[in-house]
This record gives sequence, structure tokens and C-alpha cells, in this order.
Amino acid sequence: MNNLQTLMEQALAAVAQADNAQALDQVRVHFLGKKGEITEQLKTLGTLPPEQRREAGAEINRVKDVVQDALKVRQAVLEQAELNAKLARESVDVTLPGRRNSVGGLHPVTRTLQRIESFFANMGFQVVEGPEIEDDYHNFEALNIPSHHPARAMHDTFYFDASTLLRTHTSPVQVRVMEQGGAPYRIICPGRVYRCDSDLTHTPMFHQVEGLLVDEHISFADLKGMLAIFLRDFFEKELDVRFRPSYFPFTEPSAEVDIQCVICGGKGCRVCKQTGWLEVLGCGMVHPKVFEHVNVDTEKFTGFAFGMGVERLTMLRYGVNDLRLFFENDLKFLRQFR
Amino acid sequence: MRFSEKWLREWVNPAISTDELVAQLTMAGLEVDSAAPVAGEFTGVVVAEITEAQQHPDADKLRVCKVNAGEGEPLSIVCGAANARVGIKVPCAKIGAVLPGNFAIKRAKLRGVESFGMLCSAAELGLAESAEGLLELAADAPVGVDIREYLQLDDRAIEVDLTPNRGDCLGIAGMAREVGVLNRLTVTPVHIVDVKQTINDVFPVEVIAKAHCPRYVGRVVRGVDLSRPTPLWMVERLRRSDIRSIDAVVDVTNYVLLELGQPMHAFDLNELKGGIRVRLAAAGEKLRLLDGQELELSADSLVIADHQRPLALAGVMGGEASGVSAKTVDLFLESAFFEPIAIAGKARGYGLHTDSSHRFERGVDFELQRKAIERATALLLEIVGGKAGPVIEVTSIEDLPHLPSIQLRRERISRVLGFSLPDSDVAEILERLGMDVVSTADGWHVVPPSYRFDIRIEVDLIEELGRVWGYNNLPTHLPQLEAAAAPRSEKSLQVSALKQALIDRDYQEVVTYSFVDKKFIELLTPGQASVSLANPISADMSEMRTTLWAGLLKTAIHNLNRQQDRIRIFETGLTFTTDNGLQQQPRIAGLICGSTAPESWTGKVHAVDFFDMKGDVEALLALSGGAGVYEFAPASHPALHPGQTAQVLKDGKALGFVGALHPELQKSLDIASKIYLFELGLAEISVRSLPQFKELSKYPEVRRDLAVIVDEKISAQAILKNVRDSAGALLTDLVLFDVYQGANLEAGKKSVAFGMTLQDATRTLQDEDINPLVERVVTSLREQFKVTLRE
Repeated sequence: MNNLQTLMEQALAAVAQADNAQALDQVRVHFLGKKGEITEQLKTLGTLPPEQRREAGAEINRVKDVVQDALKVRQAVLEQAELNAKLARESVDVTLPGRRNSVGGLHPVTRTLQRIESFFANMGFQVVEGPEIEDDYHNFEALNIPSHHPARAMHDTFYFDASTLLRTHTSPVQVRVMEQGGAPYRIICPGRVYRCDSDLTHTPMFHQVEGLLVDEHISFADLKGMLAIFLRDFFEKELDVRFRPSYFPFTEPSAEVDIQCVICGGKGCRVCKQTGWLEVLGCGMVHPKVFEHVNVDTEKFTGFAFGMGVERLTMLRYGVNDLRLFFENDLKFLRQFR
Repeated sequence: MRFSEKWLREWVNPAISTDELVAQLTMAGLEVDSAAPVAGEFTGVVVAEITEAQQHPDADKLRVCKVNAGEGEPLSIVCGAANARVGIKVPCAKIGAVLPGNFAIKRAKLRGVESFGMLCSAAELGLAESAEGLLELAADAPVGVDIREYLQLDDRAIEVDLTPNRGDCLGIAGMAREVGVLNRLTVTPVHIVDVKQTINDVFPVEVIAKAHCPRYVGRVVRGVDLSRPTPLWMVERLRRSDIRSIDAVVDVTNYVLLELGQPMHAFDLNELKGGIRVRLAAAGEKLRLLDGQELELSADSLVIADHQRPLALAGVMGGEASGVSAKTVDLFLESAFFEPIAIAGKARGYGLHTDSSHRFERGVDFELQRKAIERATALLLEIVGGKAGPVIEVTSIEDLPHLPSIQLRRERISRVLGFSLPDSDVAEILERLGMDVVSTADGWHVVPPSYRFDIRIEVDLIEELGRVWGYNNLPTHLPQLEAAAAPRSEKSLQVSALKQALIDRDYQEVVTYSFVDKKFIELLTPGQASVSLANPISADMSEMRTTLWAGLLKTAIHNLNRQQDRIRIFETGLTFTTDNGLQQQPRIAGLICGSTAPESWTGKVHAVDFFDMKGDVEALLALSGGAGVYEFAPASHPALHPGQTAQVLKDGKALGFVGALHPELQKSLDIASKIYLFELGLAEISVRSLPQFKELSKYPEVRRDLAVIVDEKISAQAILKNVRDSAGALLTDLVLFDVYQGANLEAGKKSVAFGMTLQDATRTLQDEDINPLVERVVTSLREQFKVTLRE
């Protein structure tokens, strides 16, 4: 029996010493293989007296189980070590930049346009676009700005000939929509507009979004409500909003909308010219003359229209201090809006 | 309109501060731009009289004056002004005075003579930008009185940016009316009495263009003395309205213009021949204006003429020949009503804009002419003397504007404003605005006053009610709308999705001007008919772009010149061409140059080439169908490299180009790196078809690869199309995986390798299905392109 005990100790020592899968397998074969030393012990059972055989057999099998378990445990340890080594070999510097990791971006004006469009789309407005080379009728006449009107002087129009021009606002799109018939309307018209003016605060091209809501019971109160929530949504601030009487030939009553200055919070600064207010929108109830031009029944329908300068809103939103940057397209400027 | 606040307050004086007044006007739609002090900040300056003026013993240009500043002893003050002389009254800054710029007046010695104060010019008191000599005050100016008090300098010049509908506010009278309404106060207008006629002289007036000039009022004034200066109080009021004093006659007409809003004109009576004729000009007639400019008149211009020649461009500016000069002794005064539409745009047509045309275009009160001429005559007689003849008036009643009678419905007020105004407020507001108001069953009948050209229909009145009530006092709520879903088509791709696809591929969006240099357009699209602006800002912004490449190239050059050598940009927008009438087409275009990727540790990046650009275009097109829908064909474009240009086609229709910028063009634009461009019609690539489900095959796919050697001129696309056609329906995918030219191949030949994926929906494909198919493909390629199989 001492022999068996020694054998077990030898086997366990060999298992513990095996430092790779192959060596471990050799240990297994040496002790537990067909001709392994422990296996051989079973063959000696026949030499024992019958009454001892049972006990001796059980003892040998116990040793065999012990060695087998040790082999399994050792195998698991070796596999884990091997895996760990492999993982260590495969480790990389994860702080290195990834491959081809750059993406582009939208122009800041487009970014603002999309923000405006998505607000009004959620309110059920449809986005409509129109031509930029317009005729005098849609740009002026149909909007109640006849040829002798003093308001024409304020528009600084680019002309191609006496009756063809670059639209000075996106308002002609509302005329084009309404002349198709089918009131009520709920549209916004984003796009490029042009005025013959170029200095520090004017570029000859800029962007506007015009909005139009015509239905059976639309009042000035609705206009005020809609624009106030738009402006608060756009700037993500509970801004003070005020409506100031103004004049546009195509709306009446007309208003200009001021917001509490987003730069100084209304205390007065350079941007708001110390007034605490910023003018951001023009709006009003659609003028009956405009409805007459497009055959909308003024007794049945009322509506409001509004127009906003996209560059101005963009400048206020992101703190851009020079309008001309938008059209220089310097990549260092544009990349700030990714 | 710029005016003195104190002047306004003489008419109506609400108990509110300047700031409150400014806010009130602004919130009533009369936007105040500024309310600037009319003088510099100073103290200690009084009215003084020069009683002695001696030559300074040691300085040619200085005088030693004795000045009575209202204190016992006369002050001795050294003064350098040329007009410092005995008897005049001037502002005197006494010891202890502080002048603008915090300049303290102390005892001083000037060239050895002691001086106890300083005599001041207008500029030194902040009343003018510059001045020559001392400010001479009126002879009756009270000595010793503070100059601020005497000249009412604690005043502000309020500048109101009036909208074009409010011509009625272009005078103190109109502004006062507004302030009266807003504060519910009664206005006290200036007292105007008819001037006593002292001579019988009249001058014939004949109005031929009656519709253009429904009322013409004139008067002869003889024996005026133009050497008499305009009184300082009037000069000051004019100055606070930014009007320079010229002479007493011009100053008086300007004063009446500011006070009442009636533009007037004074002629030198002795320059007029026969009589006044108000008529339209004969085309080509010449008139030299007061500003020296000679006009060639067009036939639609209204002129004031005599029996020989035009004298003035009616309502715009007088002529030089008949104008008042220093020699004038007899005047003919004009106060007319010109129909706004007759004047509108005329001044602008001649490049002119005057205080007079500004008012007539917007509408001058047609009941004002007599009142204005009486006011002007009274002021003139007071200042320059003379004798006035009777008022001459020619009026065509039927041509005067017709005052509308407007029905104002109570229900309509609340419908438009969203608020029911109390009846009593409606009536009071309208009456204070000068309207005739008669109550009816469902509202009011309203007749506007003669000065409100902007009140013609019901909603004009509703606006007035809202404005005076205060927009911010009206209710605010969200519209109650029926839920309405705007129609959406899944087949149309949003532009934002296309933009996003490019952004994901590292493109930066740009926005460039739609007008560019004509020369640039001719380089990029020679022979393409384009549109030019008649009045461009400058020559390099004069032509509407025929291609978006114009702006992209300009942007690329701008950035290349600023150390940006890797550029990937795109733009969407309209192009403008005139092949079959004007076409305004939405397009999308891109430009790349520099390396494929930003500099990186992962390996050397290479410079972009045609296939980088094409890959981006394919990615863009993949959103609307990709290779199955679009075709690329070798093509030529004047701006592109002849060997690296592809036209993009959809159903045989050309949508645009992809290619390398022509090396010659690149050279002439002075660009160092290679530029690749694309431009496509936006409408065409925004349409996609709805996905249509096909049953998935349960049977395995089989792949067969082939490599063929073919003439290098045969395009890959032609080979693949041939394979697709001959393989038939079992071919589910076809991929080109190798193109090779060079060693082991005959010159002029290339090897093209492709893999075919085959699959049947109903069974597993066997060799006996596949081999004949492959054979068919090879045979077809052989017959069509004379290919040989590569071993």
C-alpha cells in the first residue's frame, strides 16, 4: 500500500510540475495511460488474496480519481494561462486614434434652417420651396407692393430686366402656394433671398424662412402664441417676447417681434444696442389685398404670415459676430459647427 | 424724422420722462432709433455782451475783450475769434465752468495778459461739428442768463424711423397727434392766423395736370430783406432736425415742413415769366436743379413751369434759375398738394431723394396747403419783412383724394385681434386719431382724416385699435388647429438625407453666392447660355451660376490659400441656365482634393483620385437605388480631364458629371493639387422605389470566378453588362474583384476577373446546371469582345 501512496504523490508532483499542455499529457499517459503506472497497479490485483482484492481495487481507483482530478484542474490552469498570454500579446494602445475617424458637417445656416423646419414640421407645417429668379408680380405686386410703393425702395432689388428679379424675400412662395387653391394652408418657405446691399451688416444674399397659416379662425392672438413658443423653443430659454407695431404691405396688423437679448439677458449690451431687446422676426395678419390676388375668401379665412432672417438667428444662437463669415466658407469657421 | 423733444412738448406734454416717451413711441410702431442730447455736457456758460475789444499787445490774432456777463464788474477775456467785436452777444464760459470733454475753465494768462473766462463757439459747446468764430446770439438775448436755459439745450433730438405708411407723422403736428392719442391728452397746435393782405399783387397760376396736382396755393410777398439772419431759435430747431440753416426764406419753408409736414417752395418772383403752369414735362426738356445738377426730364415728370421753361421738379426740388438768392426782394411762395402716385418713384428715377419727395410720396394732408402758406408768410414777415399779397388757390375738387367711409364690424375686431375691445374705447381711440366715427348696429361707420392715406379698409382701423391698445396688452394663445398630417412620400428622399450621406463621408457643407464672375462661368461652362444681373454689386458677382462648381472652386482656392490642403466640400442649390427658357434647377455638387484621409499613424495616406470621388458619388446614389439604377458612361466636359470624366445616367437620361478638373483649367486657376468634382441633379437622385420583398431561397449559393483577357479599351461596365445578360436569372450577384495590366500580358490588353454568385429559388444547383451557364457567359464574351480565358 505504501507503494500506491508513493505513486500518487509522485503523480501529483508531476502534474504540478507540468507547465504546458503537452507535458501534462505525458504525465497523464505515464500514470493513467493503458500502461501507466497506476493502471499497472490494477493488474496486480489478481495476485492478492480474494478477500483483499475488493478493498485494494477501491483504493487504486480512489488514487486514480485523485490524479485525474488533479490533471483536470491543472489543465484548466494551463489553458487559462495560455489564454492570458495570448490576450497580453494581442493588447493594443487603445488611446491611438481610430482609422479614418473624421466626419464633415452642415453649414451653420443649414443647421439653423433644419432646426426651424423641424419645429414647424412638428406643428403640421409643410416645407415648400420656390424659384429664386422671380417675376415682379409674385415678389411685389401680389404682395400688395405696387410699382410706385415707397416700400420698394427698402428692398434694394437685383433686376435682370424690368419684370424679372432675384426674390427679395421668400414671401412670393406663399403667393405661389395660395394661387394653387385649396385653403387652409400651413406652410413654411425657407430659402435664399437677395438684396443689392453689401457692407458690415449686409450681404447681397442671405436666407429667410417665411411661414403662413391660413384657416377659418386664426387671429393675432394665435400669431403671438405660435411665434412666442417658437422663439422659446429655438433658443431653449424662457425668453421675454414682445410685439411691436410695424408695417409690411402684405400684412395687417403687422408687427416686429423682439426677444429679450440672449447675449446680456436684457440688461443692455453692444449686440442689443443697450436696449435689452433684439429684433428677430417680422409678422402680421395676411392683408386682404393679398388674399384677393389669390382668390381666398377673406370673410371665411384669416391667417398670419411671418418671416425671419436665418443668419441673424444663427448669429444669436451661436454667438457669431460677423455676418460675412457665413459666405467666406473658411473651413476653420465651418468646422466649429460640427 | 428727427425732431426736438422740447418742440414736441410745446404741442403736447405728457407727464412722462424722455425714456418713457421713447418707449411709448416705439411700442406704438413709431420706432425710435435714438434720443441724443442736442448739446455737449457743460456748465457755467452764460449769455454775455462784448463791450470792448482791444488788440492784444503781443499777439496779432488775439483780442482782449471786456465782457458783460451780468455781474457787476466786466470780465477781461482774451479771445482769438475773428468775429469778436463790440456789441455782439456770445456764450461766455466763466471761471469754474466745465465745457464738453470735462474741460475746466480757470484763470489763465495768454501771452502775458490775464483772461477770466472763455468766449465760446458752437463747436465748443457741442452744438456743431465745427464752427468759425463765436456763436452770435440774438441782440435781445438776456445777459447773464445760463446759455442752456436760453437756448433750451436740455433737450433731446428724437430720431424716429417711420414706416412708409406713416407719412402723417413727418411733422411735429403729426407726432404730437400720436402722443396725444397714446396718452389720451388734448394737443395744443401752434396758433395760425391769416396774414393781413397789404398788397394786391397776384401771379397767374394755371394747373394743367390737375390729376397730379389737385391743389396749388401760392402767394406773392414783396420787399423782403434777405440780409436779415434767421433767428437763433429757428436755426436751433432746424439743427435738432439735422437741417442746416441756409437763409431766412429757405429756413422758414423748412421750418414749416418740420412743423406741419407741408413741403413748400419759394421762387424769386422776378425770375418768373408770365405765370405758373403746373404740367407734365415734355420729354427731353432740361432743368438745372438747386443742387447744380442738370436733368433731362422724362415725359411722366410733373414740373412747375412758367410760360417759358420748367422751374422746378414738382414735389422734389426747385430749379437753380428761379431759386431765392441774396439779391431776391420779391417772392412767390408755393404750397401744393401733389398726388402721391404722381410723385412716387420720380425722385428715385433721377437718383434724388429730398425731404419734400419723401413726404409727397407718402402723402401730405391735402387740407393743409392754406394753413401752411399762412404760417410761412407770418414767419417770413416777422423775420425778413415785406408785404404779402392775397392767397391764390387753384383746386380741382374732383381730383382731391376721396375720403372713404369704412364699415367697422365689432365682430371683425375680435376675429382679427382675438379680443373684444370695449365699444367706448373703440370710439375714443378712433376719434382721437382724427376719425369721424358714427355708431351703427353692428359696429361703426368711420371716415379717416385727410392726413391718413393709410386708412382705407376695415383692417386698417383694426390695426390702429390694436396698435393704440398695445399689442402686448392683447391676448396670446396657441392656435386651435385640426390635426393635419402633411403628405409624405416614402419614395422621395429628403435632401437632408443626401447631405448626411456626404457629411458621413467627411464632406463639409458650404454656402456660396448664387452670382459669380462671368469670366469664371465662361471657363467652366463655355457656350452655356446664362443670365446676367442688370445691377450687380460688382463685376465678380454679376452672373448667375450655371454650375455649383463655380462656388466650390472659389471656396477651395480660398482655403488652399490658407494652409488647408485637404478639402472635401459640397453645396446644394439652384443653377440658372437659359437653354429652353429660364431653368432653375436644384443640384448637388462636391469637390475633393488632397489626401484620402487625414494624416494618420495607421499608414501612409494617398492623394485622392477619380475612384475616391466616384466612390462617394456611388454612396450618394446608393440611397436611391445604386448600381442597378444608375450608369456611368465615359464622357467629355469642357471643365474636366478628357480621360477622367464620367457622365451619370438614369434611364438613359443624363444627370450630371463626375471627373477630374481639367489640368489646363487647374493651371489657369493657379491650383497646385488635383481637384475632383461631381455635380448631379437633386430632383433626379431624390426619387427611390419602395423596397419589394422577394422570397428567400432555401438552397445554397454557388460561386464561380472567371478571369478574362480583353482589349484595354473595353469598359468594365460593358463586360459586366454582357455577363449579366448572358448569365440570366440564376445570377444573384456579380462582383468585379481584379483588374490587371502589365507584366505577363500583351500590350494593350488587360485582365478582368469577376465572381458570379448563382442561386435557384427552388432547388440546389448541380454541375450540370452551372457548367453550361458558365460556358454561355464565356462564349458571349468571346463573341462580343474577343476575350480569352486566363489560365
